[in-house]
Amino acid sequence: MSTVLPVHLEQLEVNLKKMARQRAIYTLIGIGATAAVVIFGIGVANEYNAGSFQRGITNFFDYPVDMISEAWEAGWNFPPLLVKHFPELLATINMALFSTFIGFVCAMVLACFASHNMIRNKAVVSVVRRILDLLRSFPELVIAMVFLYLMGKNLLPAVIAISIHTTGALGKLFSEAIENIDTKPVDGLQSAGANWFQRVRFAVFPQVMPLFLSYGLLRMEINVRASTILGFVGAGGIGEALSTMIQWRYGDEIIAIIVLLVLTITSLDYLSEYMRSRLIGDNK
Amino acid sequence: MTVAVLEPTPLARKRLDSDRAARRHVMITAGVFASILLYLGLSFVQFDLASIARKWSPERASLFILDTYANKDHVEMRWDKPEEIEISFEGGFRSIYKNAPEWFTQGTPRTGSTVSFDNGGLMTIFGDRVLMSNWPDIDEDLVFRRDANGTPFVEGYRGLEDQLPEWIRITETKVEVRPSLYERLQVYTSKVEIHRYQIGWRFFWFDFDSPIRDYSFSEVWTLAFSDERIDPEMSNTGFILNEFLENDLWQHGTVLFAMVETILMALIGTLIASMVGLPLGFLAASNVSQLQGLRFVLRRLFDFLRGIDVLIWSLIFLRAFGPGLFTGIFAIAFTDTGTLGKLMSEAIENADKKQEEGVQSTGASRLQRWRYGIIPQIMPIFISQTLYYLESNTRGAVIIGAMGAGGIGLHFLGALQTGNDFENVAYIALLVLATVIAMDAFSSRLRRFLIGMDDAR
Repeated sequence: MSTVLPVHLEQLEVNLKKMARQRAIYTLIGIGATAAVVIFGIGVANEYNAGSFQRGITNFFDYPVDMISEAWEAGWNFPPLLVKHFPELLATINMALFSTFIGFVCAMVLACFASHNMIRNKAVVSVVRRILDLLRSFPELVIAMVFLYLMGKNLLPAVIAISIHTTGALGKLFSEAIENIDTKPVDGLQSAGANWFQRVRFAVFPQVMPLFLSYGLLRMEINVRASTILGFVGAGGIGEALSTMIQWRYGDEIIAIIVLLVLTITSLDYLSEYMRSRLIGDNK
Repeated sequence: MTVAVLEPTPLARKRLDSDRAARRHVMITAGVFASILLYLGLSFVQFDLASIARKWSPERASLFILDTYANKDHVEMRWDKPEEIEISFEGGFRSIYKNAPEWFTQGTPRTGSTVSFDNGGLMTIFGDRVLMSNWPDIDEDLVFRRDANGTPFVEGYRGLEDQLPEWIRITETKVEVRPSLYERLQVYTSKVEIHRYQIGWRFFWFDFDSPIRDYSFSEVWTLAFSDERIDPEMSNTGFILNEFLENDLWQHGTVLFAMVETILMALIGTLIASMVGLPLGFLAASNVSQLQGLRFVLRRLFDFLRGIDVLIWSLIFLRAFGPGLFTGIFAIAFTDTGTLGKLMSEAIENADKKQEEGVQSTGASRLQRWRYGIIPQIMPIFISQTLYYLESNTRGAVIIGAMGAGGIGLHFLGALQTGNDFENVAYIALLVLATVIAMDAFSSRLRRFLIGMDDAR
């Protein structure tokens, strides 16, 4: 004899099963669509790629092995190469640092105007937000290349391009952070007669600064990568050195630059993670 | 007389302490600001901003900008063949007008042929001179001639060149007149050339030599549904589409295909990264995977994949696969497998244990515990991170393309380096911008649909 459930519970079970079925169908559709896109894309890729997939896979290690063996043959001449390219690395890092700084400051200012709890005027907030979205959307390459064309070869175009992108990216995160603050200090200052700037300075910034700095550090790491790449397409720094050495096929120099880059990126990665956990570790 | 020694009261001491702390705070702030200023000064020197400011020519920039939104028609006459006046679009050999446009009045070398401008000014080309008349803000008419040696000059101003307005520039072989950005006259020893600018992207839809070049939108619409075929080989709709895609000036077909290539690079690269990164993330999480050795190896693998930046990966793949989609796809997939793997393993380790224990208490197997205890918790993070990387990889794929992998990035670089088709540069830039914004909107929609959080705005 089977147990008889009350009617409403039975109905509940039916609904639940229906929802589960629906979910399963959605999931299947999602997986199917994803797989279809991947298969279609790989088909297109295979058709339009210069070399075929199979040949590519078999040749995959040729180039790295060539370069590394060349670097190996260089023997004791290899370490001086690291020193030789160090100034270029510094230029790239400075490019990233400078543009992170500029972007950080601009984002800090714009974020105050993009937060509903700082600006009551809804139109201003939404306009500033759209501006931030636009700054974020512009690919760095486009801006950098146009300015490179106009200014000639130097580091500034990349700095402008990365600063613009950084402003947009950080501005969005900053404004979200500002909107999530505790408003009691702001109210307290306001009741004591503080003006808008004093409220921002003494009630908002102290609360959000650790978060801002940690976002800034993360951005710094991203920007080092970006400025290397922009250097590669012509903006100077270690990226440009790499591009030149690749054209000249100097395996030892290429490996030296790659070693420098990987060391920098990895150490920045660890450093920023360590400092971020120090900065916001307490809140976690 | 004894001096009373004043012991500081606790309150006064507290005050002293806080004064000192405040002073120290001010000092630190000042120090931070001073070092920032010092750094900015040093960077000013390193980036050599002073010399850039000196070299920066606003003229070049304004011409660049002019060319991105305006186009020009050339009117050209050789002094030795004054009967033949050639009118062409952007000076191209292929784009010479068969019928003179309405702003041009054909005449003989004796009576002169007139080019009229939008500001009411006229430039008339005679067999031996060029007359600039009716010009706003200029009282007299200017006449440009050549002397016996063929050197061009301005009549009445020989030796008085410094009295001419600054928009007339005279060199040994050429007089260049540019009253504003939109009109330009060049008188050479051998020929005369007039440039007449118009705002807009002309021949954007159909090429100069297309039979349906001057059709309006409604005419094209009617043509698409009419039975009379322009080309007997294909339907009218197909013909219109073909004319559009094969437009030589704008190269819509190639540009749009390159854009699709770039999107595919980002999309498939990110999908592969997420599909590989998630399981690896599981294996690298300490609360799921028991093998400490494997965890360590995977962690270092993630660091390795991330540390070798997308730049170097794409160089290696470029060698193996040649320029094309695979290079972009694998460069993105490799780098982001590292990033997503690391993020996911951290998210899995931070997952709440209670749910897993709850599932375990019902007698679930290990796989069921992961499936129902952990995956529901990390799914929102997984989806939002994947979509975030999809967005940023769309921009990234443009750059990878420019480094040699192909796609829209390479096209953009090519258009820019050609150095004269800035309207194409602007077109590609706007296309890229529109695509990135569309991807942004698409992924935040998808995120909202899948996760139901409204942080996605």
